[in-house]
Amino acid sequence: MTRVILHSDINNFYASVECLYNPALRSMPVAVGGDPELRHGIVLAKNNIAKKYGIKTGEALWQAKRRCPDLVFVPPHYDRYIRFSRMVREIYADYTDKIEPFGLDESWLDVTGSLVSQDGKVIADKIRERIKFELGITASVGVSYNKIFAKLGSDMHKPDATTTITVADFKDKVWPLPVRELLYVGSSASRKLAGYGIHTIGALARTEPRLLKNWLGINGVMLWQFANGMDISPVSNDSYPIKSIGNSTTTPRDLVSYEDVKITIYMLAESVASRLRENGFICRTVQLYVRDNKLVSFERQAKLPEPSCVSDTIAHASMRLFDLNVNEPFAVRSLGVRACDLAPADCRQLSFLPDSERLQKKEELEKAVDSIRNRFGHFAIQRGIMLTDRNLSSLNPRDDHSIQQIAFLR
Amino acid sequence: MKQYVGVIAQHEPDGKIMPIEMIWTDGRRYEIERIYDVRRAASLKSGGVGNRYACRIRSREVYLYDEDGRWFVEDNENG
Repeated sequence: MTRVILHSDINNFYASVECLYNPALRSMPVAVGGDPELRHGIVLAKNNIAKKYGIKTGEALWQAKRRCPDLVFVPPHYDRYIRFSRMVREIYADYTDKIEPFGLDESWLDVTGSLVSQDGKVIADKIRERIKFELGITASVGVSYNKIFAKLGSDMHKPDATTTITVADFKDKVWPLPVRELLYVGSSASRKLAGYGIHTIGALARTEPRLLKNWLGINGVMLWQFANGMDISPVSNDSYPIKSIGNSTTTPRDLVSYEDVKITIYMLAESVASRLRENGFICRTVQLYVRDNKLVSFERQAKLPEPSCVSDTIAHASMRLFDLNVNEPFAVRSLGVRACDLAPADCRQLSFLPDSERLQKKEELEKAVDSIRNRFGHFAIQRGIMLTDRNLSSLNPRDDHSIQQIAFLR
Repeated sequence: MKQYVGVIAQHEPDGKIMPIEMIWTDGRRYEIERIYDVRRAASLKSGGVGNRYACRIRSREVYLYDEDGRWFVEDNENG
């Protein structure tokens, strides 16, 4: 049976929500971006007017300002985006229970056999209409028989449009598109393909899969299947398994001393540890990410002597990685701490060693801190070291930066 | 204009909320005479999203929004 799959993509999600809340913004070019004062200076989203000026997601705020001096910057309100994402999902749930989110603003829906209508386009139009009326924002929806083409469809007409791609017409609609439009053709794959004279999805589809395997490995075969509409991956409604938990930050100023680095690492480790506890995990490996002021970056990881969800342990391991891999003088711009190799916290090996007793006490202590912060806010209780530089320690990575990008392949 | 207002409401056992009186910023109270329609809606005029109650207050139709527990009316309806 041919499946009926929708891919719904909220147009300019962050910017649309901001414009809804502030009607005065709607006639101006708007970019949602981090706080330039704190140097989180990139464009996260823009509205259609800003798009006309060529503003691009991901570019630095000062670059965007140069392109369009009248550009209005709005700081992001993640709590609003999460609320809207939940409300959009409630609308989808009226049509199917098979909903697979892809980030906050995109979802696949399998509406095969829906009682509302046999026609995917009818459901797609209804969903768009409701999102517009109930939430005051718009969506583009692609309707097809597989996830890859549904996603392509949602990108073809914006804003507020439905695009269908069927078995009968995909060769006309999809094949002329640049190969880069296909999900999972990144810059490196498209460069390689261009080297072999393959510029369109159609050209990719007509290439021998054997050759593609030689050029791109097993992914080459997958892309060939995608291009031919042979993607059979299901819309899965189970939540994504968490493989690792990490936080990173670009600091308000360059970090030039070990003390600076320590403050930042502790801040990140606390956030990571508290999220580990919230999700009931311990980690066996800690990974550190460092980027300096010349934007050169690297990652290093280390095994922990004992699995843990205690911020002290994670911070120590991260500091050690830093000591081993960075020499003075240094000027660090971004740091990231990640807990990997996760295991459920309740299947830990028991031990009589005094070390693990100490670790357990620390864990209890940090749980108490979690509960204080839940009740009275993040800054209600802090480590002494955070007071030595309030400018550096003013971030709350846990609540400010916990929206994760999700991968299609797991 | 997004005008936040006070509301006296009845919470039904099934979770429904029925506004009974609206309290304007100057403290004056307005009885909600009738509720025609309740649905989730965006208010483009005021900039917000919530459960929209189409109410009759002093013979005029007023949209009263419940946005996660904060209530607002759409324009300068003054009764």
